[in-house]
Formats: sequence, C-alpha cells, structure tokens
Amino acid sequence: MSATTTRTGAAGFLGRYEALAGKLPGDSSLRAAAAAAFRAAGLPGGTNQRRIEAWKYTSLRQVAEARFQSPTTPRHEAETILAGLPLLNAPRLIFVNGAFRNDLSVLPGTGFACFFAQPDFGTLSWPDREPMVALNTMLTQDGAALTMPAGHDGGIVQMVSIAAGNSDIHPRHSIRLDRGARMTLLEISAGQGNYLLNTVAEVHVASGASLTHIRLQDEAAGAFHVSTTYADVEAGGTYDSFTLNLGAQLSRTEVHVNLTGPGSIAHLNAAQLLAGSQHGDFTSVVSHSAPGCTSRQTVKNVLAGRSRGVFQGRIEVARHAQKTDGYQMNQALLLSPDAEIDAKPELEIFADDVKCSHGATVGELEADQLFYLRSRGIGEAEARSILVRAFLAEALDAVANDTIRGGLEIAVEGWWRRQRA
Amino acid sequence: MLDFRGLNIQGLAAAINDKPILKGIDLKLPQGEVHALMGPNGSGKSTLGYVLSGRDDFEVTAGSVTFNGVDLLDMQPEQRAAAGVFLAFQAPIELPGVNNANFLRTALNAVRRAHGESELDAVQFLKLARAETKRLAMPDDTLKRNVNVGFSGGEKKRNEVLQVAILRPKLAILDETDSGLDIDALKIVADGVNALRGPDFSALVITHHQRLLEHLVPNRVHVLADGRIVRSGGPELARELEKSGYAGLMAEAV
Repeated sequence: MSATTTRTGAAGFLGRYEALAGKLPGDSSLRAAAAAAFRAAGLPGGTNQRRIEAWKYTSLRQVAEARFQSPTTPRHEAETILAGLPLLNAPRLIFVNGAFRNDLSVLPGTGFACFFAQPDFGTLSWPDREPMVALNTMLTQDGAALTMPAGHDGGIVQMVSIAAGNSDIHPRHSIRLDRGARMTLLEISAGQGNYLLNTVAEVHVASGASLTHIRLQDEAAGAFHVSTTYADVEAGGTYDSFTLNLGAQLSRTEVHVNLTGPGSIAHLNAAQLLAGSQHGDFTSVVSHSAPGCTSRQTVKNVLAGRSRGVFQGRIEVARHAQKTDGYQMNQALLLSPDAEIDAKPELEIFADDVKCSHGATVGELEADQLFYLRSRGIGEAEARSILVRAFLAEALDAVANDTIRGGLEIAVEGWWRRQRA
Repeated sequence: MLDFRGLNIQGLAAAINDKPILKGIDLKLPQGEVHALMGPNGSGKSTLGYVLSGRDDFEVTAGSVTFNGVDLLDMQPEQRAAAGVFLAFQAPIELPGVNNANFLRTALNAVRRAHGESELDAVQFLKLARAETKRLAMPDDTLKRNVNVGFSGGEKKRNEVLQVAILRPKLAILDETDSGLDIDALKIVADGVNALRGPDFSALVITHHQRLLEHLVPNRVHVLADGRIVRSGGPELARELEKSGYAGLMAEAV
C-alpha cells in the first residue's frame, strides 16, 4: 500500500486514484470510467456541485470537508472492537480497514473468494450509476465474493467490517446464489475514529434461491457510513433484507432491488435509532420488472436529540408487471422536539392490475402509555425505553432467526445505554 | 396528624386547563379499610384517582394529600407506586409490543428495588403470576399477550386486578373496575380484592353500582358531586342511592 497521504474532498480522492492508477487490481478501464463519472458528479452536497434529487435530504458536505488517510493497518483496536460484537458461532469474514484478514476469519465451507480473485468486477453497479458507487469503483481494493452453488444451503455467513483511525475505505462485495441456493448473510460494521466506509455490494439471487441479508451498522460516533446494494432476483427467488442503523455521525443505506423473474419476493425492512446530531438515511428502490412479484417494507425510525432521519422509498412497477403486490410503511418516533424526519415515498406504476400501498406515521411517545407504566412503579427512563423497544419490536420481528434477532436486540440495548450514559 | 395511618386528603382542589374539577375534598381513609366513592358522571371521581396517582395534566391548586404520613403530591408517579399507591384504570391502556409478563415483572421488580428487596427472576415471577391468573380465572395466554392489546373490556379490568394481586399495593384505587364485568367476573374480582384485605391494605372503590359493594363491602361510602364530598355514610348509603338516585341527595345537599 502506498504511503499515507492526507487529503480533502473529491479532488483528494481523485488525486489518490491517479497516484494508484495502474497498481490497482481488476479492470482498469472500468476504474477510469468510474473516475470520469466521479469527477463529473463530485460528492453529493459537496461544494460547487449540482443538486442531485436522490441526495435531496442527505448532504456529504461533511465528507467533502473531512480529511481522510489511505487505509492503515491498526494494531490492537481491531481485536478489541471485534470482541465487543454480537458474533455468532458461524463462519466469519473479517475485514479490517477494508483489507481481508484471514487470521481473524473463519471461512465458510463453500463459496468464498477474495473479490479480486474472481473475474467479475460488477455488472449491476455500472460506474456512473451513483457518485458514491463511482468513488468505490475507482478506489476499491478488496472485498468478498460469496458464491453458493445450486441447491446449496450456506447457512449463516458473517461479514464484518472493522475500521479504525480516519481512513477512507471502499469495500466491494459480490454475493451470488445459484438456483435454489440459500444463505443468511449477517453484515456488521463497527469501528473507532472518523473514517469513511463506502461499501458497494452486488447481489444476484437466481430462481428459487433465497438470501436473507441482515445489516447491523454500529459504526463509531464520528464515522461516515455509505452502503449501496444492488440486488436482482429471478423467478421465485427471495431477497429478504433487514437493516439496523445505530452508529455513525452520518449514514446512508441505499438498496436497489430488481425483481426480474415472476413470483420473486423482496423484503426491505429497516430500523434506525439516531441521537445527538446523527443523520441516518435509508433509501430504497424496488423495481417490479416481472408479473406476480411481492415487495414488503417496514422502516422504523427512533429519533432523539437533534438527529435527522431520512426515508426515501420508491416502488417502480413496469407495464407488464401485473399482479404486483407492493407494501411500504415508514414510521418515525420523535423523542425530542428538535429531531426531524424527512420521508419521500414514491410509487411509479405503469401496470393496471396491481396492489400497491404505502403509509407513513410520525409521532411522539404516548403520554397515556408513559403514565400507565410509571403508575406501576417503572421509572421514567425505563418506561421510555420499554415503549421505544415496543415500537421497534414490529420491525425486529421481521428477522426470523431468533439468534440473529437476539444479537440485534443486544445492539439496541447498547445504543440505549449509550444514550443514558 | 402524622400519626394517621392511611390516606388523608385535606382541602384538595385540582384543575385541568384552568378548569376546576376538584373543589376542596376532605377524605380520610384509614389503613385496613375499604371506602366506596360514588357520584354522578363528571363529579370528579376519576380525576381524584389520577391526581392521587400523579398524572401531570392535572394541576393541584390547593390542599394536601398524605399517605401514611408522607406527602404524596411531591412524588413522581413511580415514587407513589413504590409508596404503595395503585390506580386501576377505568380504561386500561393498551401497550402494543409490550409483553404482559415482562411488563408485570418489570413493574414488580421496580417496586421491589424501591423497597430494597431482591428482584424476582423470570422463573420465580412466572410461578407467582400463573398462580394469580389462575385465581382470577384468566385465560392461560394472558401473560404471553401484549398488555391489554386485543383484550375484551372484561379482560382489561381483570388484568388491572391481576396487577393489584401481583404488585400488592397498600392503597388500591379501583376506578369503575366493575363496569363491563358480568356477574361471575364481578364476583371473582371482588374476591380477588377481598383476599388482600388486611391491616395494611386499603381501597378506594369508585363505582356507580351497589352490585360490586354487595361482594366488596365497604366500611364507608362517600358521595362526590361537583368536586366536593357531599355526603358520607355506612354501606347502607350505597343501597339508599341505588333506590333514590343522586338527584334527591344533591337537592338535600344544596
């Protein structure tokens, strides 16, 4: 890895790319195209950039103004952070500051390769699709390629990103499930410092295959987290995802699912718990491109302090995607008068025989419920915590695996303790 | 005065949004006794229950309330619960996403902690809770369901009495706990409260009906009208009201 440099803004990222050009793995023409796209687009919300509708509520100005270093190899922090995570006794792929760490990992029996050991740089995320995807494509150096063969049940695989310091990290993952394969991917990110984690994952679910994709974002308080996932799902396949956003000063989780085969299913559930001046953005686009597909989405936001939550949810139904069944619900619980939610649901329907509904609620804790709990002897802080967890329960209940849900509940408890401390 | 064991309300006045509801209530409920509080709709019975348990949308404008010599009005709702005060709600609150058993155990352990007692673990608690649900003839899934969610009117009322049985308050204020109960359920609820009667248990039973008071016989009956106690008497007062209604009595009071 090249010498540490400190740099700022889009120009800094481009300068680093130019210094590394020719030394980076993979298709160099794709990298060059990405660099051109990133040069044109810049960081959303950065200085002198045109306004991008997809980034209407989230600005990366802080990222543009922050000073990042090329990734270093931290010493002991990684092990300490890792020890604090709710990991399961299952295969784990550990990345530290973006680099795969074989010594800390437990490989799955089947289907793991390092990203650049496989030929496919990316087919779903063409470089100019999103500015942050362009940035990732330009600078990525490592990631995981998981490929489950037809009919294989891969069980649970954990993929963990540990970051320390003030690096910018651009992991690139590829998840492929062949016909009838199954897997649960538990993706966890955590760290210490003021780093930028900018992940891109491409997911392909072949016909009859089923991927459960759980994300736990519990980054350091000073971190920036951007995660972009592209998934396509063939006939009868299922992409069942749940995202829990707890950490980072700014996070953006963006999921694009394309239901390409008849009868395919997507679940895009999420919960965000934000406090202080945290900003959390959950953005999704579901494309119903074939008939008879189902999408389900419940997103719950708990917003304390001066935090700001963003939900953007778009459902697109193609002309021939008859019998589409789409449901979307976004709910926000405001724990403080200074917290804020911006919600932008969008339905774009070109077929005529579809069932699509969406809804949104914004509210505070119910005074009656708080008083009821307190009148039974439960202190105010505990009563509030009980009601917040009850609000979240419906979202967490979407996680079918008891052990994983238990781990997420522990992470929520940890968040709650940090707020009280 | 400090030696008085029980609830001592003196000159209590309270308002909501500047509208006076309680206009000077004097009531002494000695520990060990059960008193009934009757009166027409809108007379302030439920307000009194809320004010005693610390709901903050009511403003106390005058008077004092002590329980076993301790000033209640200075306390937060959870502190009043720890002091032994319990309000059975007229319309129990639904808590979607909150498991009834967890709720009851959290409440019991909060009260036990406040008393310096050890907390009950899940196993110890369930043993206790199952025995009480059985005694109150409640369905087996009561503890597994979310608090009051999907409960019938009668089930909600019984769930309040279940809380009385588990939390063992020193002063239970039952706000129309009998309404919505059939005769069998009424008897079960009355038996449940009667079982707690003893030297360190008192109850203020808010009701419209003599029926409950046949099973749960009060030491005294008070009639509240327009924010004041207009009459007090023995159990026979409830029977008299059942026959002649409040109208005659209020004409008499004026």
